[in-house]
Amino acid sequence: MKLQEYTQSRANFEECMKCTVCTAYCPVLQVNPLYPGPKQAGPDGERLRLKDPYFFNYALKYCLNCKRCEVACPSGVHVADLIQTARIKYDKSNPKLRDRILASTDFMGKMVRPVAPIANVATGLGITKTVLDATLKIDHRRQFPAYSGRSFEGWLKRRAKEQAAFPEQVAYFHGCYVNYNYPQLGKDLVKVMNALGIGVQLLDKEKCCGIAMITNGMSKEATKHANHNVAVLQKAVDAGLKVVTTSSTCVFTIRDEYPGVLGVDNAAVHDAIFMATRLIYEKLEKGATLKFKADYHKKIAYHTPCHMEKLGWGVFSENLMRMIPGVEFTVLDSACCGIAGTYGFKKENYEASQAIGAPLFAQIQSVNPDIVACDCETCKWQIEMSTGYKVMNPISILAEALAD
Amino acid sequence: MNPDEFDVIIIGGGITGAGTQRDCAMRGLRTLLIEKSDIATGATGRNHGLLHSGARYAVNDPESARECIEENMILRRIAAHCIDETDGLFITLPEDDLAYQQTFVQSCQAAGINAEIIDPDLARRLEPSVNPALIGAVKVPDGSVDPFRLCAANMLDAKLRGGQVRLHTDVTGFIREGDTIKGVHTRSRATGEEKDYYASVVVNAGGIWGHNIAQMAGVQVGMFPAKGALLIFAHRVNNMVINRCRKPSNADILVPGDTVCIIGTTSTRIPFEECDEVAVTPDEVNLLISEGSLLAPSLSSTRILRAYAGVRPLVSADNDPSGRNISRGIVCLDHETRDGLKGFVTITGGKLMTYRLMAEMATDCVCRKLGVDKACETATTPLPGSEERSYEAVAQKIWESPSTAQKAAAARMGTRASRIRTGDRRDEALICECEEVSVGEINAAIERMEVSTLTDLRRRTRVGMGTCQGEFCACRAAGLLAKAHGCIARERADLNDFLQERWKGNFPIGWGDTLREAEYTQWVYKHVLGV
Repeated sequence: MKLQEYTQSRANFEECMKCTVCTAYCPVLQVNPLYPGPKQAGPDGERLRLKDPYFFNYALKYCLNCKRCEVACPSGVHVADLIQTARIKYDKSNPKLRDRILASTDFMGKMVRPVAPIANVATGLGITKTVLDATLKIDHRRQFPAYSGRSFEGWLKRRAKEQAAFPEQVAYFHGCYVNYNYPQLGKDLVKVMNALGIGVQLLDKEKCCGIAMITNGMSKEATKHANHNVAVLQKAVDAGLKVVTTSSTCVFTIRDEYPGVLGVDNAAVHDAIFMATRLIYEKLEKGATLKFKADYHKKIAYHTPCHMEKLGWGVFSENLMRMIPGVEFTVLDSACCGIAGTYGFKKENYEASQAIGAPLFAQIQSVNPDIVACDCETCKWQIEMSTGYKVMNPISILAEALAD
Repeated sequence: MNPDEFDVIIIGGGITGAGTQRDCAMRGLRTLLIEKSDIATGATGRNHGLLHSGARYAVNDPESARECIEENMILRRIAAHCIDETDGLFITLPEDDLAYQQTFVQSCQAAGINAEIIDPDLARRLEPSVNPALIGAVKVPDGSVDPFRLCAANMLDAKLRGGQVRLHTDVTGFIREGDTIKGVHTRSRATGEEKDYYASVVVNAGGIWGHNIAQMAGVQVGMFPAKGALLIFAHRVNNMVINRCRKPSNADILVPGDTVCIIGTTSTRIPFEECDEVAVTPDEVNLLISEGSLLAPSLSSTRILRAYAGVRPLVSADNDPSGRNISRGIVCLDHETRDGLKGFVTITGGKLMTYRLMAEMATDCVCRKLGVDKACETATTPLPGSEERSYEAVAQKIWESPSTAQKAAAARMGTRASRIRTGDRRDEALICECEEVSVGEINAAIERMEVSTLTDLRRRTRVGMGTCQGEFCACRAAGLLAKAHGCIARERADLNDFLQERWKGNFPIGWGDTLREAEYTQWVYKHVLGV
């Protein structure tokens, strides 16, 4: 090998030119002076941590993992990966019970589903919220996502034969939200895919993507999930299937966080998993058609989730919705809504979370749309709670606009 | 008493001079140190910063080896905040003779160095960056030492004990009465002011420049300048010192130092005229990278921050004016007995590692001349800042929950970090983001540590030593210096000099990200700030 032909460093931290543009784009730094900012916490801090883990700064927990620093970086530094891996490597504090509960979306979904109606009423009650706030430090002002009594997996299994009849097939990584909280989104995907002549299959027992575990200090558990999911995806890939998701965070985690943060090799499946909107858009580009209702008139404002921004795929969702006749379409300014998955549920982050989202909420109010469109479930909770506007996944909007 | 009269004047603000001043001051002498530039500008600040265990010299120079291990253990006690106790490895690669390992270990043990043969697998686990092809490894008590910090701490201690310091001042001649040196003529480089100082003894601790100082006094010391080039990598690749277990050669030591690591060195004889302006050549850079990559393969693709070179003051034995028989041992010359010149002592040779012993020898000589009978206590008295063994303990004592910058300050200043003003957010603001140096720490250095330029400030605080090489910190620090000195025009010129000096080190390795960053720095300063 030629010496110094190129230089490399973990997550490119030495490519940092200190230009500080990441710091200018960090949503946390605008509202929380305790956070050192992405440049300090990432490439700068890394040099000190390499000297001695003693220099690890616990304020790194304030990072939202929104990856906006990485989008902004002109030098290709994986700033947020540096921060998350530093937390995994050096943060020796054990995750609190609350963080374990928030992170275990899969487990909680399984436990709560049989008693969903009771649980939904209970989590809506003021007394429950007060107790959760006092005991677990889950902020009492938060609204909880409702659980569904029946899982999406069960629904699709009952239609497996009918789906198998379609000439073309995709596998669907539905994620915890679709399975336990909102199966309707999965059903909407099936409707749109079927309209394109594509049948939808389940993967062979997917697990939660693990993002909430990564950000809550449970990297060991997250790595187990990652290894499991990569194996499951491999089976689908071996069967010649493409895999779609309807959650920008699930797909981002599987594609980028597995290798970048957990060090799980996903190279063989990386290019086979997409946002459903991207796959649909590409189908339509190649000549497939969707027939829309003539009388669908909606004013839609699209919020690009942070992880969609990082993937660079917001454009697919955006252009699909623009194709629907009768839609008055606005793309909202690119900004974090502040929830960042489980981050905003924590009492200590509530104020920061709402302050980060404030400009977005204000813009939604001034646009005053019928629907806010967004590919991320936690953004949906945050925007619905904070603005009162209805938020729908672009897939659900497509399904609603399809001619029967 | 005449304020310009001292018991002893020390010429040279390297580690030998600073150490000698401290020792003299501890023995109750009135001292003045004169340095033409800043502290640690010669060989002191231009080496690996290796806390030798002595293992490197064990086979060929057992006396130096013994001195090293003794001083190594002493420095751990008295200079804790300047030292990183990393331990070191001597590795045998497939192309090396494994039989040498036995000779090496036996020689180490004979010199009192705890050298332990370890399994190559264990070596790979202890130091993951090491060349995995190694076939043998020996663990030794090497470490790293920050020469700037060590030199500054010695100077500070001398000052705290009443010593005086004149930096950026040339010695232009000696005041001589018959066969006795009575003092020195000086000229300030900053103001041009000429001034005479008197002392009963003048100590020549000028390193390689000591050759000329001796000549100025009318005596000859046979010195031979040998240039050594080194490279600084942008982060710490290794956490243990890595050496080759073979006869000492070029570029076979990789030392982790603070946030970086350093590979060196080469050895080339150069003429005296070149001592002030040594440049690193492309051949030296190539040699350092290719040999370094044999110690730690990742060096071949790790960003390089700077290249620099120092000049070793090698001394030929008195009976060998040809210089063929050169020792790296300590040379303490009493010119009264050697040359019949009274009141003049030269302390030279030796190395950073043995500075304290050199200082002790020089001070003993001075004390003999002055008839002072007081024992040396430098081996047991901690330097200011080194009263605690670890920076964790220091930081915990001063701050309830220290920030990263406060932890970093504790690592740099030791217990002296308690003097940093805090409480005001302006004091806690960062000047240097790469190395986490706060306004408070900079101001503490300006107040106590004889800072006149940004480069002086860098040696005392690490400002500008990080990956940005002054891009962001230089202008901020210049603001603080301008305020402290009350002169904007002077600081503007200083800022320009500082950036030029940073570029000088970037130039020999000016490619890749370091070149990108230098370009960016130029853009910021030239086109945005108009410097």
